Amino acid sequence: MADNELDQGKRRFLVAATSVAGGIAGAAAAVPFVASMLPSERAKAAGAPVEADIGNLAPGEMTRVEWRGKPVWVVRRTQEMLETVKQSDGRVADPKSERRLELTPEYARNEFRSIKPEYLVVVGICTHLGCSPVDKFKAQPEPFDADWNGGFYCPCHGSLFDLAGRVYKNKPAPDNLAVPPHTYLSDSTILIGVDQKGA
Amino acid sequence: MAAAEKPPVTITCAGPLNGVLSGVLTWVDQRFPLMSLWRDHLAEYYAPKNFNFWYYFGSLAIFVLVLQIVTGIFLTMHYKADATQAFASVEYIMREVPGGWLIRYLHSTGASFFFIVVYLHMFRGLMYGSYRKPRELTWIFGMVIYLCLMAEAFFGYLLPWGQMSYWGAQVIVNLFDAIPWVGPTLAIWIRGDYVVADATLNRFFSFHVVAIPLLLLGLVAAHIMALHEVGSNNPDGVEIKKVKDPKTGHPVDGIPFHPYYTVKDTLGVVVFAIVFCVILFFMPEFGGYFLEYNNFIPADPLKTPSHIAPVWYFTPYYSILRAVTEDFMIFLALGVAAYVILIWRTLRDFRIKIAAAVVGAVLIFFMKGPERFVLDPKVWGVALMGAGTLIYFLLPWLDRSPVKSIRYKGPLTKTALTLFVIAFCVLGYLGTLSVTEGRTYAAQLFTFVYFAFFLLMPWYTAMDRTKPEPARVTG
Repeated sequence: MADNELDQGKRRFLVAATSVAGGIAGAAAAVPFVASMLPSERAKAAGAPVEADIGNLAPGEMTRVEWRGKPVWVVRRTQEMLETVKQSDGRVADPKSERRLELTPEYARNEFRSIKPEYLVVVGICTHLGCSPVDKFKAQPEPFDADWNGGFYCPCHGSLFDLAGRVYKNKPAPDNLAVPPHTYLSDSTILIGVDQKGA
Repeated sequence: MAAAEKPPVTITCAGPLNGVLSGVLTWVDQRFPLMSLWRDHLAEYYAPKNFNFWYYFGSLAIFVLVLQIVTGIFLTMHYKADATQAFASVEYIMREVPGGWLIRYLHSTGASFFFIVVYLHMFRGLMYGSYRKPRELTWIFGMVIYLCLMAEAFFGYLLPWGQMSYWGAQVIVNLFDAIPWVGPTLAIWIRGDYVVADATLNRFFSFHVVAIPLLLLGLVAAHIMALHEVGSNNPDGVEIKKVKDPKTGHPVDGIPFHPYYTVKDTLGVVVFAIVFCVILFFMPEFGGYFLEYNNFIPADPLKTPSHIAPVWYFTPYYSILRAVTEDFMIFLALGVAAYVILIWRTLRDFRIKIAAAVVGAVLIFFMKGPERFVLDPKVWGVALMGAGTLIYFLLPWLDRSPVKSIRYKGPLTKTALTLFVIAFCVLGYLGTLSVTEGRTYAAQLFTFVYFAFFLLMPWYTAMDRTKPEPARVTG
């Protein structure tokens, strides 16, 4: 073959090989940049458990505690409020919290979704798009529901939850509010972020 | 040397400075394509002579882009991208930085006006068929600009770190959480934390001031280059390049962009500036539509405001998102089925029929199939919202009409466009309100109208009784 004749096959092979190698290297170079956007070590470490003092909580009242940057609600339910939970069995989408088991720890997988029926502990973040629902505890006709039993209303997209944090049927939110891992340190203190042992 | 072979630039308008100016320009032009850029894009870019009111909005969009960049540079000098200081630094700009309130209001009012101008610019394209061959790429670049603009506005809205900033970002980032399988990891990656937090604020600041503006500038250049390659459309939708003056080779119905349209557009900028200033100085919040009242409260991760809505320019899509409820899924599935039947009954190409049937069957399977495969209405809401913003890309291929402009299109297309504009506005209005049963039904109805405008377009534009296009523009 003369010196000035091109070997097209060889050239094509070299161009393709260089392109593939370069492309792989380029993609690999993106890894550290993409990885840098993941939660930092500090953000990961900030998830320590928090204590909630419920000694002063009056019946029918709610308190908010911040855990991992999220609002956790503790509601002290009255006997009437617990009755409304039973009544709303037919209106909620997943009465026994079976749809996604990880949202309800085993010790709270009961009628009232709690360790002690009196106290409801849930993460106050709507399972739809992450708004924090507002408490509408009074059973009375509301613009969003003519026979409202009391519970939580999400202002963003109109999801409704009963007083056990169970989502109503035909609402944008697919799941019940998550019950965080929690345990009673004493009658008046709850530790949020740690599972109940042996319950 | 090749550079020196270029002819010298002659200037005749600078009086006694003619010689100096010509010398400088010649020196530059021999080293940079100055005069050819000037000629190709301004002095000898021939635009149709019949541009009307609707043709102001392209140049106005550039004007607002410059306004946003300039005001943004000065805001960045005082703003602190830190979750503990951001809210206070915006108040500091408003109260203590000399003229800071003006620069901030210019920027926040400018953001809303950017969308007003861009929506009118897009509507002009819809009316006169500016997206059609050979301007498909101009339209596509424009749509990418629109998506970048939405991203830019969304990132920017988090920066004041008010209640609406915080919860708006929370909702939008959680849209990604809905994507099956990878969603939760993706949402954490976007936020850089398990909730919207300082890490999120910092990266949004970076996107808002560096990444997206760079992209926008490049895309605007591409949009204009693609447009100038094929030439501008006009209210008659006829190509001016078809009739050229045999002597000059320029389109008979074209006039040089400079000075004719530079002067016209300057008038547009002046009138725009008057309207803009009235709002800027007398109602910068615009009744809560441009700056929402809840955003004057610092972000509180524990409490969502009792009524939250995105800024007005996102609300049509937000309404579509909210419209998808459990009960709506059956109608969605029926809609898909009806569309497949329509394709099956009216098209001849067998491959398209099969493809439509397969896609339709897969969609229906995940909408109303066996329970464990059904995706949540939430996932479909996000999908429909995404489809609502992306479907514009298909317009150049959906429109089958023999004519481009609404002036010569028939009653079906005119009705469809009117219904679409009504649907867009009603969805936008509903998106600013809280949810009630009646409003959800309305949003669901208009979601159907919105998508029907696009999806049925190949049929109604082909069936329509059009008028013949004139050979030349009608003035």
